[in-house]
Amino acid sequence: MTAPTLLIRDLHLGFKTYGGLVEVLHGISLHIGQGERVALVGESGSGKSVTARLVIGLLQMMRGARVSGLLQFEGRNLEKLSAAERHALRGTRMSMIFQDPTSSLNPIYTVGAQFQEVLRRAAPAIDRAAAMEKAARLLDEVLIPDPARVLASYPFQLSGGMNQRVMIAMALANEPSLLIADEPGTALDVTVQAQTLRLMRDVVERHGTSVLFISHNLGVVREFADRVYVIYKGRIVEQARTADLFENPRHPYTQALMRAIPRVTGGGLPEIEEESERFLEPLVVHEGCGEPGGMA
Amino acid sequence: MTNPILSLNSVTKTFRTGGREVRAVDGVSFDVAEGECLAIVGESGSGKTTIANMILGIYPPTSGTIAYRGEVLPRRRALSHRRAIQLVQQNPLSSLNPKRTVGASLRLPLDVHGIGDRSRRWERTGELLEEVGLPADFRSRAPAALSGGQRQRVAIARALACESDLVVLDEPTSALDVLVQARILRLLKELRERRGLTYLFITHDLAVVRNIADRVAVFEKGRMVEIDDVEAIFTRPQHPYTRGLISAVPVVTREEQELKDSLTKEEA
Repeated sequence: MTAPTLLIRDLHLGFKTYGGLVEVLHGISLHIGQGERVALVGESGSGKSVTARLVIGLLQMMRGARVSGLLQFEGRNLEKLSAAERHALRGTRMSMIFQDPTSSLNPIYTVGAQFQEVLRRAAPAIDRAAAMEKAARLLDEVLIPDPARVLASYPFQLSGGMNQRVMIAMALANEPSLLIADEPGTALDVTVQAQTLRLMRDVVERHGTSVLFISHNLGVVREFADRVYVIYKGRIVEQARTADLFENPRHPYTQALMRAIPRVTGGGLPEIEEESERFLEPLVVHEGCGEPGGMA
Repeated sequence: MTNPILSLNSVTKTFRTGGREVRAVDGVSFDVAEGECLAIVGESGSGKTTIANMILGIYPPTSGTIAYRGEVLPRRRALSHRRAIQLVQQNPLSSLNPKRTVGASLRLPLDVHGIGDRSRRWERTGELLEEVGLPADFRSRAPAALSGGQRQRVAIARALACESDLVVLDEPTSALDVLVQARILRLLKELRERRGLTYLFITHDLAVVRNIADRVAVFEKGRMVEIDDVEAIFTRPQHPYTRGLISAVPVVTREEQELKDSLTKEEA
């Protein structure tokens, strides 16, 4: 069996503060197979975004961050790579989409100029004409009408939904094997969010890209992911194939989350217990969803 | 509707930006009955926040009238008008003054409207906190020392402080986690029943609307495209825009998916 695209084992993260070390990840393990779309779902403060930032390698630069555990990307131990080697991976082999597309694009450069910069990461010698041609093709793939106009525009001249598509096209421009999407589309309207998610799903499927999908919204996860890890206070509490998790959530925390979501079919507002001891019960692994190597 | 608490009559609002005129709200009329929860739904740019701002008197309509209990509200609101209609905003971190303690924030409306004597007001802030499920000694805390859900409870307590009867809730739970949202929604429901409040609930989240509203008004680009009882909106939406909104909601159960599928099928 080939190595999974991403393998995380017993990952700990702590921050040094005046009051001592505060641990925010208490040893999480997860993996993403080739071409698999895996969601990490949890509430704010659960540790889902820091996990994403550890994978892309942004958090390690922070002073006071203490990281331990295994982070393996395509069989290579990320922590053993030099800073230059890690840098070379970003934007080429792995890329990231953030929550608010408009603020993650630079307002003072045109979309075209930013696109060229992205393409240069993989092909330093690419000239402007070739870059624009490739960019137009990529924008066409995310169903942007009139790519030439969009390439000549500044991000603030485009709608949020349009910028999100630009971000998706850019993130996939260099054919990464792993795409990390941190709450993509949360800042957008529901109809636009639904469209871009469907679009993103189609595009990654076509390219065979693996995705680490970070979200707080179980409904969005259900529509996007093949497999789900539920994270609560820095621990994975349940992992399952998407359909199994939604049909039969087994961990008390997942069950509470599911109950708390208002249903569009009605049924009233649920009674929600206060923070329960039971939320800290051990990990529930659904059949066939264990970690490779037997270690859960 | 007999004696509505609020009536909008052909309300239009235009803004001028860079020589262009934008019609943010276009000829909108509806009544709000006393004690009901009317949801105003739509996407960004639909005009829902502009409507809220006009109801609150932040700016007047360009044309048309807004009446509270049959009295047309003037361009400059009297103190009594401002007392009657209160607001809860989306982000409690920015709607509460970070330099004021919770108690001071709750006391301000009591001072402004001259409710109770001085010693009574301080007591009252504690009662308000308890009414929204927080301990009275939270009075001495700063907003920064509270969680998001606790802050939103304080913002709700502040809106209730001067015994208003119409509360405009502008995306009150959109910034909250789902477990916290569920608790806040329950609190809002209990308060409405206990105090006989009327809610104007502005949101883009249709799943929330389904479970809290009595009626729903759907807005698209400044126009009201549909208004009906909540049951009718979700089972027999008339306008294609409403159907589109409902079928875009990310859902978690099979029944919900079936509802969405049935709506998109009619569309095709």
